[in-house]
Amino acid sequence: MEDKKYSAADYKSDQYVRWCPGCGDHAILAVLHKAMAEVGVAPHNTAVISGIGCSSRLPYYMNTYGFHTIHGRAAAIATGFKVANPNMTVWQISGDGDGLAIGGNHFIHAVRRNIDLNMLLLNNKIYGLTKGQYSPTSDRGFVSKSSPYGTTEDPFIPAELVFGARGNFFARSIDVDLATSQEVMVAAARHRGASVVELLQNCVIFNNGIHNYITDKEFRADRTIHLRHGEKMIFGKENNKGLVQDGFGLKAIEIGKDGYTIDNVLVHDAHCKSNFLHQQLAMMDGYSLPLAVGVIRDVEALVYNEEVEKQVAAVKAKKGFSSLRDMILAGETWEVK
Amino acid sequence: MLEKTNVKTLDKVVVRFSGDSGDGMQLAGNIFSNVSAGMGNQISTFPDYPAEIRAPQGTLSGVSGFQVHIGRGVHTPGDKADVLVSMNPAALKQNVKFLKQGGVAIVDIDCFKKSDLDKALYKTDDPYKEIGLTSEVVEVPISSMVKNALADSGLDLKSIMRCKNMFALGLICWLFDRPLDNAKHLLQNKFAKKPAIFEANAKVMQAGYDYGHNIHASVSTYRIESDNIKPGHYTDVNGNTATAWGLIMASEKSGLPLFLGSYPITPATDILHELAKRKDLGVKAIQMEDEIAGVCSAIGASFAGNLAVTSTSGPGIALKSEGIGLAVIAELPLVVIDVQRGGPSTGLPTKTEQTDLMQALYGRNGESPVAVVAAASPADCFDMAFEAGRIAIEHMTPVILLTDGFIGNGSTAWRIPEADEYPTIKPNFVNKEMLEKGWKPYMRNEETKVRYWAIPGTEGFAHRLGGLEKDNVTSAISTDPINHEKMVYIRKEKIENIAKDIAPLSILGDESAETLLIGWGGTFGHLYSAVEELNAEGKKVAFAHFRHINPLPANTKDILHKYKNIVVAELNTGQFADYLQAKNPNILIQRINKIQGQPFQVQEIKDKLTKIMEG
Repeated sequence: MEDKKYSAADYKSDQYVRWCPGCGDHAILAVLHKAMAEVGVAPHNTAVISGIGCSSRLPYYMNTYGFHTIHGRAAAIATGFKVANPNMTVWQISGDGDGLAIGGNHFIHAVRRNIDLNMLLLNNKIYGLTKGQYSPTSDRGFVSKSSPYGTTEDPFIPAELVFGARGNFFARSIDVDLATSQEVMVAAARHRGASVVELLQNCVIFNNGIHNYITDKEFRADRTIHLRHGEKMIFGKENNKGLVQDGFGLKAIEIGKDGYTIDNVLVHDAHCKSNFLHQQLAMMDGYSLPLAVGVIRDVEALVYNEEVEKQVAAVKAKKGFSSLRDMILAGETWEVK
Repeated sequence: MLEKTNVKTLDKVVVRFSGDSGDGMQLAGNIFSNVSAGMGNQISTFPDYPAEIRAPQGTLSGVSGFQVHIGRGVHTPGDKADVLVSMNPAALKQNVKFLKQGGVAIVDIDCFKKSDLDKALYKTDDPYKEIGLTSEVVEVPISSMVKNALADSGLDLKSIMRCKNMFALGLICWLFDRPLDNAKHLLQNKFAKKPAIFEANAKVMQAGYDYGHNIHASVSTYRIESDNIKPGHYTDVNGNTATAWGLIMASEKSGLPLFLGSYPITPATDILHELAKRKDLGVKAIQMEDEIAGVCSAIGASFAGNLAVTSTSGPGIALKSEGIGLAVIAELPLVVIDVQRGGPSTGLPTKTEQTDLMQALYGRNGESPVAVVAAASPADCFDMAFEAGRIAIEHMTPVILLTDGFIGNGSTAWRIPEADEYPTIKPNFVNKEMLEKGWKPYMRNEETKVRYWAIPGTEGFAHRLGGLEKDNVTSAISTDPINHEKMVYIRKEKIENIAKDIAPLSILGDESAETLLIGWGGTFGHLYSAVEELNAEGKKVAFAHFRHINPLPANTKDILHKYKNIVVAELNTGQFADYLQAKNPNILIQRINKIQGQPFQVQEIKDKLTKIMEG
């Protein structure tokens, strides 16, 4: 993309990183530096815009242009930034509270508009900075300081919101899975339009181990599946399990058992326009079906900021004026001599 | 027959068109004012429309009005009308209070049947008496004459009846001696794509004119004096459009692209409409998902290096407050436009007030000063929008521009300026040499306290901003108590320093008077007219009108100390008076207030001021 080659260190600021020791954000930050180097856009042509929350401190640790804004508004601020200066590559960082509670409206509309933002959603299912309240992704019944008897509400599933908002890119990774995180961040950056990456992240203080069921090394291979476009949907420690279609749903099978062969196993198509299967894949939670990581949906569509540019250019070409005065004089006027 | 007509010469005249909100009163009024402006009259217009989009026909809640003031020395749309056109009994009932004693009411008598009177809730069969109408009433069978005129047009009855407004316009043009050629030309532009509709409307307009000619014996016609106005090209502009254009001028003079992030809200939406059209000048105006996203997208665009603007009314300012605070602490240029309306809450969306002053000055958490300016008239919206852009860019601060529903929707003849009539706006950009000297994001011009602006994409200047308190040089997060206090004072001084960069307050009226009338924002026309008339009557009054609210012009204190009586007139319970009082505790500030959702009337200002002056 640009002549100069950058390394991860070029994207790293000199600020001391203040997250708690053991916080999942450290790994995500390190991977982001690497992903940016892999994408290769110069630090001064990169902007990182966040809201409020632990994860939203991230811009201070970048050697790019950065803006740590106000609670929930990162997507709206990033939208204005990208429309105003479309040559910049824009990363927007939010947590589950910032992005899906107070900022839920901006989140769905940024996705719906399909503005070219790389939107990282760090999901630890808790409010950390305010010291431990349930978030819109906390499970029903979750006990926290603000829900001492358990919550009485169902959570959002971020992917479902993205598809409900007609999103064209959704990927997922886990903080401890550095390789997959880098892979999905790079894919998000290369996708034109709104790219949402959900990063399951551990809050070591207030919600330690919330993703353990998935991240536990002993079971991870059986409880997750790494989706790659054009490849068979195979998972398991022995790589002997696969996903097959089962009526309107999906089913996990063992290859060579119950009459299933590798031929029955589905091939992942991240570029399929219909999001029907993407949504089913994204909704798998690791229990009856493995949780999907990797790029689940990656579909080309009209990009908001590009369409704004095109419209301005088209209108200017058709009836553009060189100045305000020319424009006004072309309307209803009279002369006083 | 014409020579027998009684022709009176007038300095100025007020015509009020009233009818159902679907009757096209605004179009008739607009054409009348444009034709008059073309003849050298000064013009000022104001629409008075109901909150409902289209209430049931003929009912009181569906009445819409449009008032036009033309002539010499015109500063307002006029207190009361010399001629009131009412297309039905509901319109007459709602508008009779706006008719001058001795004025003329013109009614469509075909619409005064029993059923029409019932719809407008008349209790008797003598509508004029019932509403206390004692002026002359000219009963014109408008509906039937329109029907006759278009009998062979091939149009259906509904389309025919939609031409009634043009009959009234034709009649008014005859009454005030406006030739129809220009009116027809304007109409032709309006219906450029519908020639049949144009033909029908033009025919009806001519019929209205001819009707006037034929009944001339019963009323006088008038000749309206024109003014010696500055040569140049003129157009008819309302305050909201002028605001949009002023911003475009600020964009041209600063070299920064113009960005608007907005959300529809009465009465500010026309600014969004106009700037959305101006893609032909490269403007990016985007409609966001809510008011908060409106200001936030603008803040993002400002960080990105645009002249960034958000437009709204009072409730929207409430929602944008946190965002404005972010622009304060990040020290980014931002123009926030508040077209004020009646409040609190949803309040009176289509009515005018000046009740957001305190919100603009203080409506944010923490010590978060912003510059506040206010436009005085529809045309002044252009100048103050430009000024808001200039201050925002040159002083790296949010600027709130207060206009209101009255000047935002009111219109006036306006001379289209040449670009060189406005100064170049100079952004306080960083330069390469600063890098060698160890540039940091919060380094600033020591005199003005304005920080240097590095636009994203510039190599070597990558930096981080944010809503957390910052070190006063490096912009790294700082919780140091001394640094915080220092930053609070830097932000305060930066705003105060703007006083050195704005025009001093000037005195109008009789400078040697003992009484100084003070106004601010959109009340200028009414207050100035009152002062002119009082001085003409030998009652000495001086007048100072504020367009810069924070900071105030540097000579404010001196001027206040020169006068014995200081009277602040405003459309609220005394917000500007309180503000001036707090800054000048030794001066007694008297007040004239009105909170009715309506502009002042010149007469009420004259009466109240006279009372104060006579002690």
